[in-house]
Amino acid sequence: MPEGQIDESGDGRADRRPAGELEAGVLAALWAADGPLTPGAVQLELGGGLARTTVTTILTRLHAKGVVSRARSGRGYAYAPVQDSHGLTARRMHAELDKDEDRRTVLARFVSDLSPEDEELLRALLEGEPGAADDTR
Amino acid sequence: MIYAVWLPLLVPLLAAPLARRGAESLPPRAAAWALTCLALALALSSTAALTLLALDGALRLPFVAALGHLSPNLLGDGSPATAPAAVLAAVALVGLGALVLHRARRHVRELRAVHGQLADHASAGDLTVRQDDGPDAYALPGRPGRIVVTTGMLRALSAPEREVLFAHERAHLAGRHHVFLAAAEFAAALHPALRGLRAPLSYALERWADECAARVTGDRALTARAVGRAALAVSAAGPRPRPRLSLTATAGPVPRRVTALLAPAPTIARTHHLFPRALAALLLACVALSATAALEAATDLHAGIETAQGESAGHGFGDAYGDGDGDGDGDGN
Repeated sequence: MPEGQIDESGDGRADRRPAGELEAGVLAALWAADGPLTPGAVQLELGGGLARTTVTTILTRLHAKGVVSRARSGRGYAYAPVQDSHGLTARRMHAELDKDEDRRTVLARFVSDLSPEDEELLRALLEGEPGAADDTR
Repeated sequence: MIYAVWLPLLVPLLAAPLARRGAESLPPRAAAWALTCLALALALSSTAALTLLALDGALRLPFVAALGHLSPNLLGDGSPATAPAAVLAAVALVGLGALVLHRARRHVRELRAVHGQLADHASAGDLTVRQDDGPDAYALPGRPGRIVVTTGMLRALSAPEREVLFAHERAHLAGRHHVFLAAAEFAAALHPALRGLRAPLSYALERWADECAARVTGDRALTARAVGRAALAVSAAGPRPRPRLSLTATAGPVPRRVTALLAPAPTIARTHHLFPRALAALLLACVALSATAALEAATDLHAGIETAQGESAGHGFGDAYGDGDGDGDGDGN
């Protein structure tokens, strides 16, 4: 699908997702980046599934919420996530909570801890991934 | 009290290991439902059995009998084990009740604590970013539910991999997976043998969310890579402060999830094999046995009470003691 078509209609696959999901993706991209990003850079980072205008709208909305800051960059703005001053306190509280083994009953973690054997096995799986995927098809 | 009352207390010892085997051969969603329903059914049956044992003993106490307008003698003498069993059952019930209450309150308190500490963190949509170099990510249930991801995890993954992570956590929230976990925790508090079902359940829930993420992103290999790379990033950042006593000797959950994602999507067709079917039948039999035994014991106790009540209401006290003894013995045994 040509890029231009997505830009004009604003109706690409990614654009039809709920606004909250798009905001989450954009904020994540800003946090993952090393420095401030322009809307174009965010669009590139997210793989081009979003129209530039959509990205700009989301960034403006995030800025209005105070979640990201922006600085002039060329003709537009470059955006960066607002660092929060409570980060350190939160980390300490988190460590306190982590001591409780039973917290796993409250939270479903994305990944659990790896044993050394798991780690080896996992590396082998990911390295041999194309082959492994072909074998099973 | 009839012997059937002991069955619901013993069945979980047999059913829990069977269920662990059986869950492996089911698709993740079916496995999660099966494990949760099994745990709840067995836990409720065994609690019912404890209640019946305690009631059976309690009815022989003069003031309880007076309260129910029944004649203790008509309940029969019971076996010599009636009194100690009833005392043990009552103690167990009080202990379990306190444990369940304690766990529930702690559960709510912890959720509140996590929600509270996230209140002033950067949020957009359903995502809350926590500034922390240690990679971590989890779904935080609530209204609304949130996806919590540390900056360390965001940096460890590429943009498409982050979408996998978000889709996975959204599946947890949309499927209300925390309710399954809480139900299993509740069941485990009621019968210790059911504790063994928590690990296979949480694995089934992770697999369920993995499959959802693979469907949303349309790329199983990408999903496998995201899970694997996230786990390696956590591993590289050093062990978590949380004590972990249950490190398995065989392959842990993450390599198994990655392997499953690199294979084609699981289908129900796999359950047509003989072994899972036999196992499922056996587990259903376990649940039926537990529930029937508890029901049988309840009916038995009820019949005993009816006898003792009916006779004492129909006749004077002297008559009841004199005439009804034989009947009461027969029923209450």
